[in-house]
Amino acid sequence: MAPKIGVYICHCGSNIAGIVDCSKVTEFARGLPNVAVARDYKYMCSDPGQNLIKEDIKKLGLNRVVVASCSPRMHEPTFRRACQDAGLNQYLFEMANIREQCSWVHVDKEMATEKAKALVSAAVHRVALQEPLETKEVAMNPCTLVIGGGVAGIQAALEIADAGHKVYLLEKEPSIGGHMAMFDKTFPTLDCAACILTPKMTSVGQNHNIELLAYSELVELSGYIGNFKAKIKKKARYIDTVKCTGCGRCSELCPTSLPNEFDCGLGQRKAIYIPSPYAVPNKAIIDAKNCLHLKGKANGKDVCRLCQKGNEKKGLVGCEAEAIDFDQKDEMVEIEIGNIIVATGFQQFDPAKIYQLGYGRLNNVFTSLEFERLTNASGPTSGRVLLKDGSEPKTIAILHCIGSRDANYHKYCSRVCCMYSLKFAHLLREKLPEAAVYQLYIDMRCAGSGYEEFYERLQEEGVNFIRGKAGEVTDLAESPEEKDRLVVMVEDTLVRRKRRLPVDMVILSCALEPRPDTEQLARILTLSRKADGFFLEKHPKLDPVATTTDGVYIVGCCQSPKDIPDTVAQASAAAARVLALISKGKVEIEAAIANIDEEKCSGCKICIDLCPYKAISFDEEKKVSRVNEALCKGCGTCVAACPSGAIKGRHFTTEEIMAEIEGVLA
Amino acid sequence: MKQYSYFPGCGLSPEGFGRAFDWSIKGVNKVLDLEFKEIPDWNCCGTVPYDTLHEHASFAVCARNLALAEQIGGDLVAPCSSCYVFLSRTNQYIHEYAKVKKEVEDALAAGGLAYHGKVKVRKVLDVYVNDVGYDVIAAKVKKSLEGLKVACYYGCQEVRPIFGRDHPENPKYMDKLVKALGAEAVNFPLKSACCGGSLIISEEDASLELIKKLLDSAVSNGAEVMITGCPLCQLNVDAYQAMVNRKYKTDYHLPILFFTQLMGVAFGLDEKDLGLKTSIVPVKKALAKFI
Repeated sequence: MAPKIGVYICHCGSNIAGIVDCSKVTEFARGLPNVAVARDYKYMCSDPGQNLIKEDIKKLGLNRVVVASCSPRMHEPTFRRACQDAGLNQYLFEMANIREQCSWVHVDKEMATEKAKALVSAAVHRVALQEPLETKEVAMNPCTLVIGGGVAGIQAALEIADAGHKVYLLEKEPSIGGHMAMFDKTFPTLDCAACILTPKMTSVGQNHNIELLAYSELVELSGYIGNFKAKIKKKARYIDTVKCTGCGRCSELCPTSLPNEFDCGLGQRKAIYIPSPYAVPNKAIIDAKNCLHLKGKANGKDVCRLCQKGNEKKGLVGCEAEAIDFDQKDEMVEIEIGNIIVATGFQQFDPAKIYQLGYGRLNNVFTSLEFERLTNASGPTSGRVLLKDGSEPKTIAILHCIGSRDANYHKYCSRVCCMYSLKFAHLLREKLPEAAVYQLYIDMRCAGSGYEEFYERLQEEGVNFIRGKAGEVTDLAESPEEKDRLVVMVEDTLVRRKRRLPVDMVILSCALEPRPDTEQLARILTLSRKADGFFLEKHPKLDPVATTTDGVYIVGCCQSPKDIPDTVAQASAAAARVLALISKGKVEIEAAIANIDEEKCSGCKICIDLCPYKAISFDEEKKVSRVNEALCKGCGTCVAACPSGAIKGRHFTTEEIMAEIEGVLA
Repeated sequence: MKQYSYFPGCGLSPEGFGRAFDWSIKGVNKVLDLEFKEIPDWNCCGTVPYDTLHEHASFAVCARNLALAEQIGGDLVAPCSSCYVFLSRTNQYIHEYAKVKKEVEDALAAGGLAYHGKVKVRKVLDVYVNDVGYDVIAAKVKKSLEGLKVACYYGCQEVRPIFGRDHPENPKYMDKLVKALGAEAVNFPLKSACCGGSLIISEEDASLELIKKLLDSAVSNGAEVMITGCPLCQLNVDAYQAMVNRKYKTDYHLPILFFTQLMGVAFGLDEKDLGLKTSIVPVKKALAKFI
């Protein structure tokens, strides 16, 4: 059947029409080969716009459609659906991008109009050769993998599990809880972080639909939406978690003393320990690097084992549950899932990078996370705010924007620091009513429900606000008042003076930054990252939890810095998206994939090694390569590489692409 | 042997306040088997205060030195930090701004010269530690300076972030040199702070305060001598020490040396060739054990 093409030029309000002369392009399109009708319209994506296409297909008997508008990333599905509604196969539709690739990037109207014509011509030449293709459906695996056991991962896992579906919750650390478990109070309501988080952590441990994979890491991922296969490394814990009762006697017996990660190194733990008072799973773990026995074992010696044997001299028995297993090895497990939610969170910016702030050099300069532990009842000082020498500070300065809003480190605003700094100030006023508290800020950013009110409340509580970014923290005293104290140097931009502020304690409100393993995880999951290093969402406004990899969602601080309410909202949003897919039960597979002509295939296997999706296998009987239609993403690598020209990229055939080029040049 | 051209600048000229720097560089170079070829007929580098008054004209003045250095070939060594900064800036501006390049080319052409932008400007210490190396320096030490406590004063200019040399707030390469000589570099938090520079002339009080802070910090950390690679720093902290003492009722007698003088002592060079007597605060007592 001869091609009968309809061409539709979109104005996109003034987005396109402001630069491109749409009527001229329409006029031009009418003269192109096989074009039966060409129209322009203000908004092609609107209902009336789509109806134009549908009616023309029905009334004029169009068998090909071209829309010249925005990027196909946005509206290709819209127009494909419109074609399909009118009875036209969706692969007989082609889109020309005259917005992102034309009107938005050019200023010369005449030249832009010429370019739009060329792009439309390319699409018209191409669409004439396009063939109808049928999409396939495969079943959706109802299991979900959630990566990261912070508040985001916990929320997403619980929502999906509560709806009756299986969730694997993967956590790199020995316990779930993430950063939130380390916090003291939460802004602006001041409810205790542990009080609201630990019930959720316990629910995770008790939920039969959740399989908790603590102290484990994702190593490899294959497959596609609905049918992923994940390889997971369960790191050796040297504890049989089935037998361990979490009694903690082993820690009492262990002779070592090491900095406790949960307290940011401010407190101590043993080499065999339970990560935190509310750890889930509440099981011991052995720090292999520092365990005397494991260190000795590597050198062929049998030392210590007090946790296992007990200490006879002191009349203490060892682990009665016989849970300690020094021979445990890393274990690889493979799981099959349909969807993945990434909730890997953030890491705190290391302020030691900013030498002049004294962190790591000067005593009593703390990071925000360290202060959370210092003021936390379960922390190393049982919640008392103390200096390194054990005394109480009389003056405290909280320095905002450390590593954030700083061209040298991170340009972005970390969004939560103003608010947690206010929270710190409140806790300090409450615990040390005699102490003076200073906030050194650039701007106060308190956008959120109840946030501005909290700021006002703190002003009334007698906190001193100085508008200025601290330039330096020093211990070089210039007056008797400064002797043996810290001095914060700041330009007070409201009174326009340089000030030296003698204080006893400095808290650095550090930026939230991408975790160091973000790049590695992005590679495993085929995710993109933004310029700031965080994972890239599919659309910043309209699809903020999805990614360009179907079936993989990003939630919480791994997407960008955000507070707990936003994190939880995103986690719920992603859970809802996954549940919708599970309830649909099947997933459509793209038809634009590679296809091998068995007659031409020489069986050289070059394509098999090149395929990034492991979609090609070898048929030993016929000695030809075969494409797994469910795994193929249609990337075209094999098509370009095949020395016999035996592989065709459906919807991207050589003829179609040559026609497209001819169209541009015509 | 790697070739270098040499721009002493006014400070290191025979009548200059930093002439001991020039002498000790020459002495150390002999030990390290280096030769710096002095640019013939060099002129003012063009910096303070000329560049603040006529910036573009001062680029042309400065570029004359670069053009002459280019004829000799190799990297250009400028011991004075101000010279170093301004020669580097001229290089950078010629490279980045077509207008500056044109002006400079026209001015040079009038004098029958041309500059093609090939000269790299270096500091003496940079050449010593990066081209020669700490190991070689340590191997040349005849009289280890063991027990000597040294404050390494880098000054504010040569460690600027744009030069990308070490940490701008906490540089360590001079500390490592001191260690190679057998001495101890004391903790000196103000190692890259300002000495007041030429403000000592117009804003005496402000500069004296800065100098006092440097002395406070170095002495309170136990320094017996301070070393520097900048003639202006040396001059300010040395020559104005008595004035600091008068103004703040302090009693500092901290010898301020060029790092090359200290290297010379460790290499066993004759003290006369190192110009140890050109300092205002006497240095002999602090170095008595080693000379």
